[in-house]
Amino acid sequence: MSTETEEKYERYYVPEQSHWPIVGAIGLFLLAFGGGNFIQQTTGKYGNEGSMGWIIFAIGFAIMVYMMFGWWKDTVRESMSGLYSSQMDRSFRQGMMWFISSEVMFFAAFFGGLFYARVLVMPWLGGEGNNAMTHALLWPEFIPAWPMTETPGGTTTTAMGAFGLPAINTAILLTSSWTLTIAHHALIQGNRNTLLNYTVITALLGVIFLCLQVYEYYEAYEHMGLTLGSGIYGSTFFMLTGFHGLHVTVGTIFLIVMSIRVAKGHFKPENHFAYEAGAWYWHFVDVVWLFLFIFVYIL
Amino acid sequence: MADHHPTGIKRWLFTTNHKDIGSMYLWFSFIMFLIGGAMAMVIRAELYQPGLQFVDPNFFNQMTTMHGLIMVFGAVMPSMVGLANWLIPMQIGAPDMALPRMNNWSFWILPFAFTLLLLSLFMEGGAPNFGWTFYAPLSTTYGPPSTDFFILGVHMMGISSIMGAINVIVTVFNMRAPGMTLMKMPLFVWTWVITAFLLIMVMPVLAGVVTMMLTDRHFGTSFFDAAGGGDPVLFQHIFWFFGHPEVYIMILPAFGVASEIIPAFARKKLFGYASMVYATASIALLSFIVWAHHMFTVGMPVAGELFFMIATMLIAVPTGVKVFNWVATMWKGSMTFETPMLFAIAFVILFTIGGFSGVMLAMAPVDFQYHDTYFVVAHFHYVLFPGAIFGTTAAVYYWLPKWTGKMYNEKMGKIHFWWSMIAVNLTFFPMHFSGLAGMPRRIPDYNMMFAEFNQLASIGAFALGLSQLFFLYIVIQTIRSGKKSEDKPWDGATGLEWEQLPCPAPYHTFDTPPKVK
Repeated sequence: MSTETEEKYERYYVPEQSHWPIVGAIGLFLLAFGGGNFIQQTTGKYGNEGSMGWIIFAIGFAIMVYMMFGWWKDTVRESMSGLYSSQMDRSFRQGMMWFISSEVMFFAAFFGGLFYARVLVMPWLGGEGNNAMTHALLWPEFIPAWPMTETPGGTTTTAMGAFGLPAINTAILLTSSWTLTIAHHALIQGNRNTLLNYTVITALLGVIFLCLQVYEYYEAYEHMGLTLGSGIYGSTFFMLTGFHGLHVTVGTIFLIVMSIRVAKGHFKPENHFAYEAGAWYWHFVDVVWLFLFIFVYIL
Repeated sequence: MADHHPTGIKRWLFTTNHKDIGSMYLWFSFIMFLIGGAMAMVIRAELYQPGLQFVDPNFFNQMTTMHGLIMVFGAVMPSMVGLANWLIPMQIGAPDMALPRMNNWSFWILPFAFTLLLLSLFMEGGAPNFGWTFYAPLSTTYGPPSTDFFILGVHMMGISSIMGAINVIVTVFNMRAPGMTLMKMPLFVWTWVITAFLLIMVMPVLAGVVTMMLTDRHFGTSFFDAAGGGDPVLFQHIFWFFGHPEVYIMILPAFGVASEIIPAFARKKLFGYASMVYATASIALLSFIVWAHHMFTVGMPVAGELFFMIATMLIAVPTGVKVFNWVATMWKGSMTFETPMLFAIAFVILFTIGGFSGVMLAMAPVDFQYHDTYFVVAHFHYVLFPGAIFGTTAAVYYWLPKWTGKMYNEKMGKIHFWWSMIAVNLTFFPMHFSGLAGMPRRIPDYNMMFAEFNQLASIGAFALGLSQLFFLYIVIQTIRSGKKSEDKPWDGATGLEWEQLPCPAPYHTFDTPPKVK
């Protein structure tokens, strides 16, 4: 309530009330409740039949899309009308940074699982350490080797090579990081044509990456016998590349939206948080891929 | 600016106000506290005497599981977020949280997440029954169908916590009034910013491990299945990588509360402010490298046992620094013993008891005997009930005048304190003995020889349950008909919220940055 500082500092900005959060909470609930039923009805594990789960899930998903569209529309409108202070801009930036940190930790859990299974569990199952009896009594046939193409239980599969599609995909993602940086520099220099062209190219590279990934999965399932059920190798392979692919999808949608906003002239050299957030996200997805390429494909 | 606020249901559903959201968090957590508490009553009623009296073993397991989950994710964590919402903006001279709409979303996800979790009680096969730690394969191969809804509920809570934590950390780093340098921040703000960091780092790991559970249950992956090359122990590693920082997430804000209240009633500056900050940060960092002390008996290489044992015992050092600082703050202070101070002192003493039993459990060879006994139950209830929950209770009494503009009834507050203090010790102290004598946890029946200790614990638990209803009565009575509070009811209180704001704090505080001395 002090006024002495009023002239020296800009006024704080607190956004208006909004109905989007409660819409989002309802959407998430339907997504989770429907999703749970959907999964049980699909796998049929509990004799739980019908199509109710799918419908609730779809409604939840639609509500979430509606929420995201509406919420961001409000935010964009407020930002464009100059309501946001530079402090608000910093809040958005820092928030995005911490969000990406949390995403890093999500991947860390799966990488941790991969390393633990490969470095510790596999030799133990092969009888190392004090586990000779585990090996001899439970799975005497098991030969520890990575990629684990034959599990202790006897499931067999083939490993995915690194230097076909995955190497091409690496090149695509690295190129996309480079094109995105060109676009970002163009944005800062106020060069809108270059900005638009290179943002669209980056999004296209994302789409190509995803198409190749789908093709890779198709090959794995149809011709290589590599599935989610192929033991720990298949589990880590598909969960890591799958969640990465999901993030590339989100990043690509992000870039497509950014392309549209660039075409509409939304960004200024000094005010383009959303674009930068998209760029950070894309680089994050790129770095995760490099780790994937090394630890899942090459090694 | 007039102190107007929106009215009706829309005020609460659409709000962007940190005080409204803080109040909703606090009330929500109290409701969850009563629900989780009711489950504890079922547990203690069953354990009042040996044999099976009231519930069948499977339902007993559902009660222990749901009690743990609700207390951890529904009562303690949201109550701390509620305090953060109310206090941090006022304490650092900000108008609100940095991202107010996301703040509202973080809150509103919770009632839906817990609806989903509580619905599992009514599903076929009952609620989750594998303990709040949901170890594989109990939760994968043998979990009831409701496990899937539990998993998705945990995802929702995780989303809520991560957004809440991002909000706190951004508020503190970006919204401080000019002059409020990092090392001038009240300790409650410091402990919360460190808590927020922990939340951002470990909640995604929890999301990862429940996702692996879901795919193991339904999509044929073998993360936790040795026949497929995975390992059930992998579950424990990932879970406790989340789980150990999680226990500090629950206690660090309470450390902050004690560090605000003790100086206020000792009428002295907090002893060793900087060392408090560094100690909190050290505890947080150490919490990332001690997780396997929960798994000493599972079978680990000796080098692993040694590493985790020593790292765990190291935590006693910064924790000791904090305890000594609280005591040194009181040393030669002009102390008075109003209700918040009583709860804060009890917090220091009883939390330290929980800390000591923690050091005992940290020793791997000794832990082989204590593991999964009532000694562990005694240990973590000592750090959670008289630790985290007394911390929150102290905070409610201390800041209630600031929130409502009314003063609670001191006499009733003191009755509440002594009632809870005696009951909490009666409940949990005997568990040390039954645990050391070998009574296993999470079992509805027990050997005759443990009967007396269990009767004492049950009587204490019923009294403790009632004392919380009394607390509810005190708070409601204060809000409805409490005496008007002065703007600064505690003479020793410091901080922007006491020095620059009236009681009750206006709906919108600090339109422009306040002056910080």
